[in-house]
Amino acid sequence: MKVTARFFASYRERIGKRSIDVTLDRNATVGDLVTYISEKFPGFAPHPDRIVVAVNEEYVSHDLRLKDGDEAAFIPPVSGGAS
Amino acid sequence: MIRITRQVLDEKAITSKLKLKVHGAVVTFAGTTRLYSDGKKVRMLEYEAYEPMATKKLREIEADMRKKWKLEDAVIFHRLGNLEVGEVSVFIAAASEHRAEAFDACRFAIEEIKEKVPIWKKEHWVNGKPHWVRADANWEVKIPEPKP
Repeated sequence: MKVTARFFASYRERIGKRSIDVTLDRNATVGDLVTYISEKFPGFAPHPDRIVVAVNEEYVSHDLRLKDGDEAAFIPPVSGGAS
Repeated sequence: MIRITRQVLDEKAITSKLKLKVHGAVVTFAGTTRLYSDGKKVRMLEYEAYEPMATKKLREIEADMRKKWKLEDAVIFHRLGNLEVGEVSVFIAAASEHRAEAFDACRFAIEEIKEKVPIWKKEHWVNGKPHWVRADANWEVKIPEPKP
């Protein structure tokens, strides 16, 4: 199956892309995608096991099974607003 | 009402969007970009969002404000793009018949925004390399229970 990984802020800059399409085995989890990305782009995040991922615009656990066509966003620690 | 925009946030114009009949209290919060960060002078801030998700999260926060407190109306605006020091990056207005609700709802909204809305800022200092501002190093989001 194919999923799209999207990157923002520091992750986007370290990876050098806004998004990439990834082909994964059926039944692959978010954790599998995180492992794939951190092997392909070593060091883009200090603790890959703690990376926050949102699938289809909702925060999810690394155990979640991905589906074909899912969009998985890698969310660096958020810091919106001010003060 | 919520909005993510690259336009300057006009506090008065946004507050006037509140739809009010009974009135009583309007509490507003403006988050503005700071001059100093880690003791260093900031020149400019760059805001980036995962826009569809940020929109969704802001909508949820607005809905939660209304669920938790009896509000007449509420608006949340968040700015993106390049901001100078002192500009408004986020603006919240909450209106209620009595002040307590509007104060509490406004405070709740900004804390929720900082925790849940995927918007990042990059600080450009007067001296030194720009960097993305991290939230708390132990930042973790609460994963919602999967819907059946």
